[in-house]
Amino acid sequence: MSKTIGDVILDLQNISLRFGGVKALTDISFDVREHEIRAIIGPNGAGKSSMLNVINGVYHPQEGIIIFRGRERKKMEPHQAATQGIARTFQNIALFKGMTVLDNLMTGRITRMKTRFFEHALWWGRAQREELEHRKKVEEVIDFLEIQHIRKTPVSRLPYGLQKRVELGRALAAEPSMLLLDEPMAGMNVEEKQDMCRFILDVNDQLGTTIVLIEHDMGVVMDISDRVVVLDYGKKIGDGVPEEVKNNPEVIKAYLGASH
Amino acid sequence: MRFFLEVLISGLLSGVMYSLVALGFVLIYKASGVFNFAQGAMVYLAALSVVGCMEKGAPLWLAIPLALGIMTLFGIATEKFVLRKLVNQPPIALFMATIGLAFFIEGLAPMVFGSDPRALDLGIVDEPIEAILNRWGMVISRFDLVAAGIAALLVTVLALFFQYTRIGRALRAVADDHQAALSIGIPLQHIWAIVWGVAGFVALVAGMLWGARNGVQFALTFTALKALPVLIIGGFTSVPGAIVGGLIIGASEKLAEIYLPPLMESAFGGNFGGIEGWFPYVLALLFLLIRPEGLFGEKHIDRV
Ligand SMILES: Nc1ncnc2c1ncn2[C@@H]1O[C@H](COP(=O)(O)OP(=O)(O)OP(=O)(O)O)[C@@H](O)[C@H]1O
Ligand SMILES: [Mg+2]
Repeated sequence: MSKTIGDVILDLQNISLRFGGVKALTDISFDVREHEIRAIIGPNGAGKSSMLNVINGVYHPQEGIIIFRGRERKKMEPHQAATQGIARTFQNIALFKGMTVLDNLMTGRITRMKTRFFEHALWWGRAQREELEHRKKVEEVIDFLEIQHIRKTPVSRLPYGLQKRVELGRALAAEPSMLLLDEPMAGMNVEEKQDMCRFILDVNDQLGTTIVLIEHDMGVVMDISDRVVVLDYGKKIGDGVPEEVKNNPEVIKAYLGASH
Repeated sequence: MRFFLEVLISGLLSGVMYSLVALGFVLIYKASGVFNFAQGAMVYLAALSVVGCMEKGAPLWLAIPLALGIMTLFGIATEKFVLRKLVNQPPIALFMATIGLAFFIEGLAPMVFGSDPRALDLGIVDEPIEAILNRWGMVISRFDLVAAGIAALLVTVLALFFQYTRIGRALRAVADDHQAALSIGIPLQHIWAIVWGVAGFVALVAGMLWGARNGVQFALTFTALKALPVLIIGGFTSVPGAIVGGLIIGASEKLAEIYLPPLMESAFGGNFGGIEGWFPYVLALLFLLIRPEGLFGEKHIDRV
């Protein structure tokens, strides 16, 4: 790979998250470096999604700190994370179902829009010009993901695999510097998986986007990640390059002991 | 036949005004998942602001923007002091907050503007349109027609606004998936302020029309109760639903008022006046049994 991995841009320290009596995350620390593909793996219910939700502020951890681009916080807020350049997809696709693909992608531009909402109401002309620029950017994303043919289709009519792709598109439309992907290939057939893999690698390679990825398919994970974090029952049991993690006895035990 | 048409048309015309009130509910419900119990109180506040400003010497053309200002401020204040504190709370908490809000308005508004019933003159006379009377022999009120026209215009403008503007798009996004909307960086607070502002505007138009027709009085808060069957029939999340639901209620209650009593009196004997008062609720009840999500509402399926 030609890319060079940079400094730590996201540092999570001693994160603990509870839901009532359920300990979703216990004292977890790891970091993410600029331009890398960082995978989070683990059996079902290990706390992977919770971790992602902590990073972009959907969940607020009871303990620990989050340092993003040098700024230390006890918690993120989703809106804040978005304006700081973190975009994401969800495990259960969270597209705007009633809208077309194009409209969904346009909403992804919101953090990039210069005219504010109230101005938009007042200066119609300027807002329309800006809208055109955003439309251009969105068309680039559409070309990149090869979804020209479904541009005007309401997303609820699309098959699952394509919806996943559109959701990635909405995240990409924001031109994020960090992308959080929660099981982007779940429920896809081999061909769709290959496409998705290619998109993720291209985004990382061509745009330099840092990627944090949750995935169950071990083949894929070991193939495309630079480093892997392993969670089990909310605890971190492994962390390192794919080769290291593969040979970690605790990881092997967790995976053999758990049913998939 | 002519009489039937006359009843039907005047029913539809008053139905448009029900739609208008229902629309205020739908806007807020879509954007924030809150059933805004205070919508009726907002209609009252809006109408009272207009007559209040006029009594203090402002002409109508000035009183309207002043009242709009009051409603907008009210919307922004609601977001800032009530909703913002309740983000991520269960819907019932928000619903309770709107009940509190309703009491607050119903107490405060008469304190500022006085509580005695007053007339509001919009300069549209409530008399039969002569052209229609001469041509077809039907009695159609000019006021009803103008009011329906205004309401229809407002509904159209709002529908276009939500479909074709950036704010509309953001609003639909928030209505569709709260969490996803937040995660792509939609400023929820602005959206809520805008929605409450727009709902305030809708309340103003509704308040002026209803106020001009029935007088500006506390009973205006009950228009909200009439909106309830409209919402049940049309569906809580649908703008077209609010429109069609309003028309159905308006037309059917007028028709029932005229045609049902003779039938029921011959069947059961006794006196069946005032059907208009309860008919919409019975209709809504039927809908609840047959199609609980309403004509245009989304079927709700819980993920298991
Ligand atoms: N919003 C919530 N409320 C209550 N408990 C939750 C919530 N979100 C997650 N949990 C719990 O936290 C634990 C970790 O869940 P999480 O979704 O993070 O796991 P995961 O590793 O993503 O699993 P999967 O592979 O099935 O997606 C589980 O026990 C789950 O039930
Ligand atoms: Mg998960």
